Amino acid sequence: MSATAARPAAVRTETGRARRKAGAGLGLVAWLAGIVFFLPIAWMALTSFHSEEDAATNPPSFAASLTLDGYREFFGADGGASPWPALANSAVASIASTLLVLVLALPAAYALSIRPVKKWTDVLFFFLSTKMLPVVAGLLPVYLFAKNTDLLDNIWLLVILYTSMNLPIAVWMMQSFLAEVPVAIIEAARVDGARLPTVLTRVVAPIALPGIAATSLICFIFSWNELLFARVLTGVVAETAPVFLTGFITSQGLFLAKVCAASLVISLPVLAAGFAAQDKLVQGLSLGAVK
Amino acid sequence: MTATTTAPSAAPDHAPAPVRPPSPRLKAWATRAPLLPALIFMIAVTQLPFVATLVISFFDWNSLYPDARRFTGFANYGDVLGDADLRGSVWTTILLTVAVVLASLVLGLALALLLDRRFKGRGVVRTLLIAPFLVVPVAAALLWKHVLYNPEYGLLNGLLHYVGGPQPDWISNTPLLAVEAALVWQWTPFMMLILLAGLQSRDQQQIEAARVDGASDWQIFVHLTLPHLRRYLELGALLGSIYIVQNFDAVFTLTSGGLGTANLPYTVYQSFYQAHENGLASAAGVLVVIGSIIIATFALRVVSSLFREEAGRA
Repeated sequence: MSATAARPAAVRTETGRARRKAGAGLGLVAWLAGIVFFLPIAWMALTSFHSEEDAATNPPSFAASLTLDGYREFFGADGGASPWPALANSAVASIASTLLVLVLALPAAYALSIRPVKKWTDVLFFFLSTKMLPVVAGLLPVYLFAKNTDLLDNIWLLVILYTSMNLPIAVWMMQSFLAEVPVAIIEAARVDGARLPTVLTRVVAPIALPGIAATSLICFIFSWNELLFARVLTGVVAETAPVFLTGFITSQGLFLAKVCAASLVISLPVLAAGFAAQDKLVQGLSLGAVK
Repeated sequence: MTATTTAPSAAPDHAPAPVRPPSPRLKAWATRAPLLPALIFMIAVTQLPFVATLVISFFDWNSLYPDARRFTGFANYGDVLGDADLRGSVWTTILLTVAVVLASLVLGLALALLLDRRFKGRGVVRTLLIAPFLVVPVAAALLWKHVLYNPEYGLLNGLLHYVGGPQPDWISNTPLLAVEAALVWQWTPFMMLILLAGLQSRDQQQIEAARVDGASDWQIFVHLTLPHLRRYLELGALLGSIYIVQNFDAVFTLTSGGLGTANLPYTVYQSFYQAHENGLASAAGVLVVIGSIIIATFALRVVSSLFREEAGRA
């Protein structure tokens, strides 16, 4: 007879009830914390639907009437610069660099996981170490190089740089995803006479695809968010969305609704991608170390 | 007689082997080849510029006076460390990184512990908490600068107004703290997610057993949960450090490096982009790298311990 069974039933239910009560209280605390953390974003969203006069008041106006003027102005209705070229540049830089990352990272991850080369951990650590080299350490030579080769204000230079920024993470993530493909299945397919392309498309791809999708999302988010390179290396033509946003840094209260609308619109792709891949996001950021 | 009968039955085992076995050297290159594009790309795009930065850091070179360029040895490093402003930015970088990492780690741990329990709407709360990490960093910094901190119509002072509190000018009064608060808000969700993954990988049977033996929640936390979480705490701290040491967006947007908030990345940006001091900027950049290498040495150790464990498990 074990110790728990010997315990009087009354004591057991009492501690159980106390624990449930404490649990409900802590659940409430968690809700409160979630609301506090989300409040700035909710407030930004509400402000973006206010007129500029209602947006810039103290005390804050909760019940002011809603309008789409902030969004209209952001998209250039007031004769200001249209954000569309910047959004298009960001889309090109993010999508093209993500595709380039996939082209480079997939074979590398294959070589590191499914048919590992010798000393493959050393290679992985080399990729990781480049991630620890701060961006500013190479900024000036890249700038001088771009200036001397007429690549300043060229979106394709950003594509190359964003690829180098995301490639190490992608190799690490995909290595861990591909390592989950059981080698026995691949061997079996090969014994059955399947050639390499068939093995890759029929056996490896279906298992690895969710991981590849998650990796792509993370690369997309990082490229979309990047500011320092874009700020230094682009100008009028290749300006990206974050650089466009920096135009609001000095703007005063007159444009508060517009600032909020702009911030939300430009964050929207990342918010959508991030919510879609919450768990994979951490796994990617922690270089596959957390499962 | 037995030898001849076993020989045919052994043959199928050899059948999948290629007819002409390729030389071992060729085979080694065939397995290595898929790595090469990525490796060459990374070396060309990240290592070469750094070497160039290292070389430039030994020159006195202002791009407005290109003819006056000359080799000065370690003079730029002396200037970076000797100039009060630049030394200040080294100090600011350390302060900013340590404060943000520690605060977001502690908050993240508290939130992870809360979210590890079952309660109504846990998924919704988790999504609410993750959102700050998913706002584009410049947008987040703008949000804090204009929507929250503004002394005249910001939400913080708006809420203080209701309780009759003071109306401080947050960014002017406590500039570094203002930048740190915004970054803590962005990075706490990241820490929470890492630690939540750690909490959910705990051995539940072990915890049940401890509870049966009469261990209190606090004892379980100190003796079982914390030791298990240690690696996750270290991982969060080190990854957070690597990203926050390099932070540019928040400093650039919130204060434009003013009021003693310029960190090294901002200083590097400013000294070549605005002051055109290529040599000085490069020396500062190399110092950022040295700082990162110190962090990275620890980071690699932690990651490789995680890694070994995984390899051992397989």
